Amino acid sequence: MYGPVEIRTLFFASYKDLLGTGEIQVDLPAGATVSDLVSALRSRGGAFTVLPTAPVVALNMTYTDPTSLLSDGDEVALIPPVAGG
Amino acid sequence: MNSSAIVREPIDPAHVLSLIGADQDGASLLFLGVVRDHDDGRSVGGVRYETYEEMAAQVLSEIVDEAARAAGTDRVAAVHRVGELEVGDISVAIAVSSPHRAEAYDASRYIIEEIKKRLPVWKKERYSDGAEEWVEGRTPDAAPAPQADGS
Repeated sequence: MYGPVEIRTLFFASYKDLLGTGEIQVDLPAGATVSDLVSALRSRGGAFTVLPTAPVVALNMTYTDPTSLLSDGDEVALIPPVAGG
Repeated sequence: MNSSAIVREPIDPAHVLSLIGADQDGASLLFLGVVRDHDDGRSVGGVRYETYEEMAAQVLSEIVDEAARAAGTDRVAAVHRVGELEVGDISVAIAVSSPHRAEAYDASRYIIEEIKKRLPVWKKERYSDGAEEWVEGRTPDAAPAPQADGS
């Protein structure tokens, strides 16, 4: 069997305020997707349950969709609605 | 040469203008986004921009390249400032030069609209009554970015 994947997970702005942290490490089984990562986060309980079920996500700094497969060492950022300009 | 940057220090419009321009260009256009003193009926004292800096630098560079390609110029510069800003401070500067004005206006408009759609930057407003709030933003598309030329 393949080993678990370690994902560096980043939070910004309102998500960071909500969770009280900007970064956590999440271990997932091999074959996990972005959607699995979000489920794993939400299942931590507390403030994590307030995260959207399908937030916008950037995988290694590129916007991606929930079905994207994760690899060991990936950086995933949960992106709240943006307000630049 | 196109250029783009995410910066923390004040933006100097003259510097941004100096990054563009060429002998064949009859139009040089500068757009400045400025922190205003009100939003949605509330009095604003200042704002704090937060960013996912490495990604924002990458996305801004992509937006600039898309606009430049569609306009047929390589004289495009865009700078977004992050951190604590006061009313009147410049948050974004976009400069474009091209042989004729239409392309410059189109490119400039495209860049500011795409920044608002997909640049990973967030804005927290500080109101005169002391309260602070994240500005309700726009949800970026997960799909690949549209091309400025519609292709």
